[in-house]
Amino acid sequence: MAEFRMPSLGADMEAGTLVEWLVKPGDHVKRGDIVAVVETQKGAIEIETFETGRIEKFLVDLNSKVPVGTPLAEIWAEGEAEPVVAAAAPPVTPAARPLAAPAPLITPSPPVVPSAVGMRASPAARRLAKERHIDLSTVTGSGPAGAIIYADVERLGAAGAAPERKRAPGLDLNAMRVAIAAAMARSKREIPHYYLEHQVDVTACEQWLTAHNTTLPPDNRLLFGALTIKAVALATRRFPAFNGFYRDNKFEPAQAVHIGVAISIRGGGLAAPALHDADRISLDELMASMRDLVQRTRAGRIRGSEMSDPTITVSSLGERGVEALYGVIYPPQVAIVGFGKVVERPWVIDGAIGPRSVVTMTLAADHRVSDGHAGALFLAEIGKLLQEPDKL
Amino acid sequence: MNDIDIRKIVKEELNNIAPEVDMDHIEPTADLREAMDIDSMDFLNFITAVTHRLSIDIPEVDYPKLVTLNGAVAYIGAKLRSSGR
Repeated sequence: MAEFRMPSLGADMEAGTLVEWLVKPGDHVKRGDIVAVVETQKGAIEIETFETGRIEKFLVDLNSKVPVGTPLAEIWAEGEAEPVVAAAAPPVTPAARPLAAPAPLITPSPPVVPSAVGMRASPAARRLAKERHIDLSTVTGSGPAGAIIYADVERLGAAGAAPERKRAPGLDLNAMRVAIAAAMARSKREIPHYYLEHQVDVTACEQWLTAHNTTLPPDNRLLFGALTIKAVALATRRFPAFNGFYRDNKFEPAQAVHIGVAISIRGGGLAAPALHDADRISLDELMASMRDLVQRTRAGRIRGSEMSDPTITVSSLGERGVEALYGVIYPPQVAIVGFGKVVERPWVIDGAIGPRSVVTMTLAADHRVSDGHAGALFLAEIGKLLQEPDKL
Repeated sequence: MNDIDIRKIVKEELNNIAPEVDMDHIEPTADLREAMDIDSMDFLNFITAVTHRLSIDIPEVDYPKLVTLNGAVAYIGAKLRSSGR
């Protein structure tokens, strides 16, 4: 028997609130399946299981806030035991009731907001509802899939107030800002950053992308951002001191390369979830993953592993920003690579000046782990890789 | 399909990307990327949605023609007419 536990979704997380089960007892799950939604300061996070088997029973009630590591469910390996539900006798525990039992599957122990069990609501909405003693089941959600967002509760509190303009995400931007503040303050407090900057001619990338995309439908077209992520991922192979975690006063290089992709969220939010194995997947796969990741992040559907896995972050300003950005390392990572917008600049090639597309790359890295010399070689390596986009 | 229908579709698809934006307040000649704070991924998603919904092809080289509401409506209208729709 294995236990599905409250995961740690970041160094600062001590506890989480189980808000939704996406499986029921008796369901078969395999490693990587999303089984639950946990609410943290960073928003509602989808949690995957690392076990394969059958969900035997739930061990905590919905809306319970429990410490990291608390067992949430029992998962039995195939053939490990006969299902309890197979017997005609009444189930031993309510959680192990037969598959045919309709939802809700949850025992009616007193949760924080009893009538709101299983209801989707953002963390800030729940908090505000609790403060104002508002029953969430009386609130109409305007977020994705009817999720209740902060504004919905707030509107109810201020009777007679004009309805707010509709808002995009069911994401809780207030809670997200608190999480960003905590992580960035810790970063600046603990990590001795050093910064490097390097300008690179990326005309080859632009030409290659134009040729590559011309025959493809929009679904399969690549963006420049995919090339930069791949280049950074490949460069870490030669420079492992920039890929990993600094924990307990020492650097732990990561075996895999999971790039944290900084994604801005409409209305003023930011998250950098992991794009897994960016060094090993093809550009097409990487682009598809990136589209999926951006879409889910902006819809508030990040998975647990994506929150905790990034081994280095890439932040790009895109085509409308400015020329350079100086990143703040996301602890416990040890480096962040920034890309400004691509601009056309006079450039010397073979003794002649011509217009070229140029991007300014930056590196912020942890001086406890590496020095400027290694950082410079790392940044230069990324630039070199971008000269041959067909090999990425 | 007339320009009014096309404009409605374009606004709907843009609103799917930026739901909080009131499309009636977007200047028809404003650069959508600035006016709606859309990045290259958003724009690609917009193009993808329009090509699927209207079964037209929008090559990357034509993107600059679609960066305003008026531009997008005119471009899509011409595409549809050229295919007899």
